[in-house]
Amino acid sequence: MNRLSYIGARLVKTVLITVAVVLLSFFLVRLAPGDTATVMAGQAGFADEAFMKSLRAEYGLDQTLPVQLWKYLGAVAQGDLGISFVRRQPVLGVILERLPNTLLLNAFALLVAIAGGVVMGMMAARRPGSATDAAMTVLSMLFYAMPQFWLGMMAMLVFSVWLGWLPPFGLETMGADYTGIARLGDIAQHMILPGVTLALYFMASYARLTRTAMIEVADQDFVKTARAKGISEGQVARRHILRNALVPLITFAGLQSAILVGGSVLVENVFSWPGVGTLAYEAVTTRDNPLLLGIFIVTAVLVSLFNLVTDIAYSIADPRVELGR
Amino acid sequence: MRDSLRVFLSRPIPLVGLVIFAVIVALALLAPLLFARGPFTIVGMPLLPPGAPGLLVGSDVLGRDMAVGLAYGARISLLVGITSTLCAVGIGVLLGAVAGYYGGWLDDLLMRVTEFFQIIPSFVLLMVLVAFMQPSLSSTVIGIALITWPQVARVVRGEFLSLRGREFVQAARTLGMGDVRIIFTQVLPNALPPIIVVGSMMVGSAILTESALSFLGLGDPNLLSWGSMIGGSRSAMWVAWWTTVLPGLAIMITVLALNFIGDGLNDALNPRRRR
Repeated sequence: MNRLSYIGARLVKTVLITVAVVLLSFFLVRLAPGDTATVMAGQAGFADEAFMKSLRAEYGLDQTLPVQLWKYLGAVAQGDLGISFVRRQPVLGVILERLPNTLLLNAFALLVAIAGGVVMGMMAARRPGSATDAAMTVLSMLFYAMPQFWLGMMAMLVFSVWLGWLPPFGLETMGADYTGIARLGDIAQHMILPGVTLALYFMASYARLTRTAMIEVADQDFVKTARAKGISEGQVARRHILRNALVPLITFAGLQSAILVGGSVLVENVFSWPGVGTLAYEAVTTRDNPLLLGIFIVTAVLVSLFNLVTDIAYSIADPRVELGR
Repeated sequence: MRDSLRVFLSRPIPLVGLVIFAVIVALALLAPLLFARGPFTIVGMPLLPPGAPGLLVGSDVLGRDMAVGLAYGARISLLVGITSTLCAVGIGVLLGAVAGYYGGWLDDLLMRVTEFFQIIPSFVLLMVLVAFMQPSLSSTVIGIALITWPQVARVVRGEFLSLRGREFVQAARTLGMGDVRIIFTQVLPNALPPIIVVGSMMVGSAILTESALSFLGLGDPNLLSWGSMIGGSRSAMWVAWWTTVLPGLAIMITVLALNFIGDGLNDALNPRRRR
């Protein structure tokens, strides 16, 4: 299988996942008690039989399940995720408005996690079994055992409430009306606490992965050759070992992105970060089912797209990878 | 098996985990006897600090005894953690066994499904599931089981795949045993160790997931859990640290103890990991 057909097959898979997500959503709607008509009637405050019937006809709820499914698939394909019960706006628009903030936070968290993890992993790999190594194991154990939202609240308690170093809430300082560089700096400051909270959980895994890969790669012949040529130890570590050890991190970033998004929902809520996560919370508290479902569809599609990108990147970074199924 | 038990008990860390876990279980079981008035009773002024008269760890935003809340919260966490894991293991074993034993298109289908669950953001799916089913104890348990069973199925399927060609399975078939009997009496007992390890690890993560759900207000509104204690005292965090710190510590200690046990089980049951 050459690379082009691999990418083609991978694309097809992404499309299939998207279709599966939409199918799943169609049936999830039927979990909730009542249908759109009962909800609308509830909001209107009255419901006689004729009104319900006309509502059901309007929304196509009187048709057979396959017909409804077909219409739903068609609507979603055109970007129509329904209308938010509460906001009375198209769901997709509401989500897209908040999406950039979530992407910014997640990208920042991913970068912090990878950078921090790689540095920690390199330090631990230099002397396996050392105090750094042990400290890392203990830390990752602790991080895996605490709820991420609670870690965020503890960070807020220490760095905002007690020390007053960092702003605790929001995307930017309200009413400050910064522009240009000052605004970017303000946003960056607000991003540190939620971003690092989100990153810490994954940093430990990246550190472990880097450590294992570094130790493994360090044993290989080309590294011995580099040493034999008289290249300094630091150069060997950076140029020869690290570069090869980093390749598995790409796949890992893809696999972890689904968990990252889940964590983001919680951390955004802790820090009132105006992203898709706080939107999901609003949808839950106001019982805005179409909006909540729309968030599931959009995040699922984004994560599967990100996985597509990391898989392709991996196949380019490591030509030895078997381009099979 | 006795050998495994010896290995498990000879390590200090799993033993510590076991002791801590036993204490938490005891606290959860005894809560209705120790604090008969229940976790929702108001006992004094709100936000009294730990050590105030009669209040070991202070009171919360509504003036309820935090100690009672923590004890009753343990019941919810353990109940959800254990029952949702049992459900997930039940589904996972059944589907994983069938896929691994028979192979073919069934196996392909199961692998696609587990892959699907790895790629979608399962916590968001869980929020949808619980919100649509209406938040309650049972919807929490069902929801967590529905998003976690693929992990078990993957492990079981792998074990069955490697065991199905072994001599003892062939022997059983020669003796005329039916597939169902072979799966449950011959293969499954041999596949148990990894299932136990995965299951023990899942209890901890189910407890974390439950706390996240109830933090977001998606827990059972009629029950007090550690997550809802944290969620309910967010506004008080600035003046009363104990209202958020203590329930979080309770979650962390419980999950840590469970992970210690899981690690010990892994060492004891997985011969490759024995040094």
